[in-house]
Amino acid sequence: MTEPARTTTEALAATAQAGSGFDPVLPGIILLLPLLGFLLNGILALVAGSRSATALRLAALAEPDSEEERVDHQHEVGAPKRATHTLPTWIGPGVMLLAFLLTAANFLRMLGADLHDAVVISYWSWMPTGALSVDAAIQLDQLSMIMMMVITGVGFLIHVFSVGYMKEDPGYPRYFAYLNLFVFFMLVLVTGANFPVMFVGWEGVGLCSYLLIGFWFQDREKADAGKKAFIVNRIGDVGLLMAMFILFSTFGTLNYGEIFAAAPTTLVYGGGVVTAITLFLLLGAAGKSAQIPLYVWLPDAMAGPTPVSALIHAATMVTAGVYLVARASVLFALAPVGAAAVATIGALTALFAATIALKQYDIKKVLAYSTVSQLGFMFMGVGVGAYAAGVFHLMTHAFFKALLFLGAGAVIHSMHHALHATHKDWDAQDMRNMGGLRRPMKWTWIFMWIATLAIAGIWPFAGFFSKDEIIWYVGTSAPFGPLYAVLWGMAVVTALLTAFYMTRMMILTFHGPNRTGEAERKHLHEAPLTMTIPLGVLAILSIFGGWINVPESVRNSFFGGFGLLPMSEWLHDWLLPVTAAADAIRLEQMGAYAYQSPIGGSHVTWGFIATGLALAVVIVASRLFLSRDVKTALEEGEPTSGIGKLLYNKWYVDEFYDRIIVQPVIGISRFSWRVVDRVLIDGTVNAVGAVSRGAGWFGSLFQTGQLNTYAFILALGALALLGVLIL
Amino acid sequence: MLVEALVLSAILFVIGTAGVLIRRNAIIMFLCIELMLNAVNLSFVALSRYLGIEGQLYVFFVMTVAAAEAAVGLAIIIAIFRHYETVNVDNFNLLKW
Repeated sequence: MTEPARTTTEALAATAQAGSGFDPVLPGIILLLPLLGFLLNGILALVAGSRSATALRLAALAEPDSEEERVDHQHEVGAPKRATHTLPTWIGPGVMLLAFLLTAANFLRMLGADLHDAVVISYWSWMPTGALSVDAAIQLDQLSMIMMMVITGVGFLIHVFSVGYMKEDPGYPRYFAYLNLFVFFMLVLVTGANFPVMFVGWEGVGLCSYLLIGFWFQDREKADAGKKAFIVNRIGDVGLLMAMFILFSTFGTLNYGEIFAAAPTTLVYGGGVVTAITLFLLLGAAGKSAQIPLYVWLPDAMAGPTPVSALIHAATMVTAGVYLVARASVLFALAPVGAAAVATIGALTALFAATIALKQYDIKKVLAYSTVSQLGFMFMGVGVGAYAAGVFHLMTHAFFKALLFLGAGAVIHSMHHALHATHKDWDAQDMRNMGGLRRPMKWTWIFMWIATLAIAGIWPFAGFFSKDEIIWYVGTSAPFGPLYAVLWGMAVVTALLTAFYMTRMMILTFHGPNRTGEAERKHLHEAPLTMTIPLGVLAILSIFGGWINVPESVRNSFFGGFGLLPMSEWLHDWLLPVTAAADAIRLEQMGAYAYQSPIGGSHVTWGFIATGLALAVVIVASRLFLSRDVKTALEEGEPTSGIGKLLYNKWYVDEFYDRIIVQPVIGISRFSWRVVDRVLIDGTVNAVGAVSRGAGWFGSLFQTGQLNTYAFILALGALALLGVLIL
Repeated sequence: MLVEALVLSAILFVIGTAGVLIRRNAIIMFLCIELMLNAVNLSFVALSRYLGIEGQLYVFFVMTVAAAEAAVGLAIIIAIFRHYETVNVDNFNLLKW
């Protein structure tokens, strides 16, 4: 009974110590709300699950039909408005709305307060073991607040969208249970006040990602995609764990506050220890954020429902790596090699993924590779020490990429209905089967163009400000000047490729003649309001979201309407308490940014060049694809030669990994199974058994049942004993 | 005196052992076991004269146990005889693995 009292006092002490005037409103409740949603939806899912299993069994008994009709029946079984299918509609988005409102209240309070140190709230002592003492503690500061706003805000919109998208699915309550659980773990990840708590969230979101990718687990391919994501993430997690071990052996603690305060004095600048820590952290971040060489799981993760792709695999979970680097900014500032590795990995990934996106036909695959590419941009930003720019792009990307995914979801929803209505077995996600959707889906079309212009980096949309800021910082960074000049070139090329493949996607999907088919065309329809309203909100954010972080000189130029923009570098200033230590180290060791691109020119000049080039690419690409006579997927088939084939098959990286890693692992496993397990281990155990059996059989020969034999042996034994005693 | 008593005891014990090993009649084997017990009793009594009264105490224990054993043993033999109409132990070989 004394335990809670103690921790409350501690919490009060912590708040008082911060001495900032920031008094958080029920921060624990923000975390508990999605967990509550998970529990309620989970119970409903269990009820619905057992009920639909019974229904399916009865249906199978009544009419043993073909596979296809059984699936149809399944659709109908799930459809009726039972409590298990109406309650999640309110619980799932409801808890998210409450969590968002609470977060917003905290955010407003933090805005009002002058907060310099993070507010740490410790709930209970989690691992009080000897030298290692870990509290279940959360930390509220500017970085976690921004992340929480994005997670709960965008998360709420995606929950609302899911109502429209998933309501005919028999697994509807299960879907919301997983989605709420994901939000809970994501909040744990960004609010954890030490590495172990963060790691709980880190693993938790991985679990939810796995569950949601394999949501339609009856489909072998989708279940496999879930496993792939899970296993590839485990490789990264080893890196994160190693980093935590080194951190603990160096600092004797795993609390953020203590580590980052002690780091500049404890660690040698550019030393081996801090470089090792940052490289291991990078491995972890690369796993979660789908960077080379661990990016392969993200495109496959598109097997999950589309809102899941929007929430987990575009807006929130995959940005955890960027968050981790920004959170550990002090460490990365102390390790120039580690930071350069982050930036290089980011640039390579950005360019590589962008080239693959050029030749994908599945609308979600284009967006998936685009996400990998944009995550590469964020890594570039945080890698060159522009933490605010990285987080800025994280935020704007959450807006426009969530919008793109949800828009794609609306398109797929419509296509699926149209193809389902006439039982046409075409791929509902292949852009070659779409075309001309702007007529039936006007709002989706407009919103997606906004997001496309935003991601292409065209003024005045959000992406222009965030992406150009990153490119700018990459080009002007030190200390490996030539390296960063190369990275800058790659970033510029990637930005242009982004404009190209996004325009291609839009033209193939929404413009030109419709290729879906005569009968299907009239079934194409605009998505319901629960789906278009979140799209609209995200579209507004995609337009204005970039205006919160505009450098003063840009604000006073044409791009800021000559000083008309209400805010200047708000996000940068807001994050200063988090990044100040890292910025100070950077300034001391490398000097200020050059504020000049590698080939000359100030940022306003380059702003004009960048947006002009992007706009030119958009126009050229639209003319190119509008003039092309696109064939449907069935007519065209796969590209068979040249660079197109190479890009269509994603540079054969999956095949390469299969050959280099998967097959050898399978070979070793098979050896372990057939030789080590079957022959050695099983053989030893079986041999012991066989020997015992044999010995028993031999002993049983002496048990004849003849009384005289026994008496004789008894007498012999007694004589023998006597003999031993006497002799 | 002691030597004679112990020699007699040994002779009786060997006779009893030989009887148990050689004879097949359960009743005879039983009597031979009694003979062995009493051979031991004889040596107990003979030795107690020199080593103290405990030997005689043991004799009483042995006789008590032998009486109980006789009661149980004879009951078993009678039950077996009712079933098999014989007391030849060669016939009783069912109790094995």
